[in-house]
Amino acid sequence: MTDQSQIPLPEDKPLEFAGRVYQSRLLVGTGKYRDMTETGDAIKASGAEIVTVAVRRTNLGQNPDEPNLLDVVSPKDYTILPNTAGCFTAKDAVRTCKLARELLDGHNLVKLEVLGEEKTLYPNMTETLVAAEQLISDGFQVMVYCSDDPLLAKRLEEMGCIAIMPLGAPIGSGLGIQNRYNIRLIVENANVPVLVDAGVGTASDATIAMELGCDGVLMNTAIASARDPVRMARAMKLAIESGREAYLSGRMAKKAYASASSPIDGTFF
Amino acid sequence: MNVILNGDHRELPDQATLQWLIEDLGLAGKRLAIEVNEEIVPRSQYGDYRLKDGDRVEVVHAIGGG
Repeated sequence: MTDQSQIPLPEDKPLEFAGRVYQSRLLVGTGKYRDMTETGDAIKASGAEIVTVAVRRTNLGQNPDEPNLLDVVSPKDYTILPNTAGCFTAKDAVRTCKLARELLDGHNLVKLEVLGEEKTLYPNMTETLVAAEQLISDGFQVMVYCSDDPLLAKRLEEMGCIAIMPLGAPIGSGLGIQNRYNIRLIVENANVPVLVDAGVGTASDATIAMELGCDGVLMNTAIASARDPVRMARAMKLAIESGREAYLSGRMAKKAYASASSPIDGTFF
Repeated sequence: MNVILNGDHRELPDQATLQWLIEDLGLAGKRLAIEVNEEIVPRSQYGDYRLKDGDRVEVVHAIGGG
């Protein structure tokens, strides 16, 4: 049996993207909320400092005074992470990132996701690799949504992606982390932050991701589709913090049989 | 002239600039980005950028997403 005291505790490295350090390891999306007020309240409760947004055609001829997402989730208060959700080709993903950079005054941090098919929204990794290469050479800082394949994850890191974000389960499924072993392998091999992106359903799923050593978790539906999103946002904040603390603590070894917590010595019966 | 604006045909006066278009749409001063024929047009160029017949214009903004 390995003597656990010989294994060094994990290092508590701060979470850093593109030269900025973040306190919160929970990144949240802004989709699927009932309205802008709920969006703002839930994001505030989550404690997230990085929030994802999508880029879409402006509705023309409709009420131009309707509240704008970036008024509720202001780039002054949050790091805005535009995504390429809905893109099924590298070309569309690159176009979307360029529009996002213009939209956000030159801000070049993006979440790249190139999807493979509608039913699972599983990432199309060949197109993802093509898009990542083009974006990186164009000066973007790419956080990449990817499959949980350890070799592809390493490849994305070597290409220059600044964060590797494997799915725990399909987007919006809430199934939790389906392949802990792969997530763990990706974490062990990585020299850039690894975040589980997609698949979290409830707080314990987020905690498991953090206990596996992930640097953070990105989620949207688990909060937005909870019946009380603001409360779930708070739960996720605590879950992420708990999982991180547990990971850094170096958990006890699992044993097949009991080991009494109270001493046997001094019993009077 | 006729352009394709966010996927729909739209009649514009000849020589219309992007700045004219976004004012006409009531979007002046809003946070948006514009692409013409799949090329980004920087905000600073809206006033000088004259649209041509057949241009494909995309006007986008940020919305909720994960």
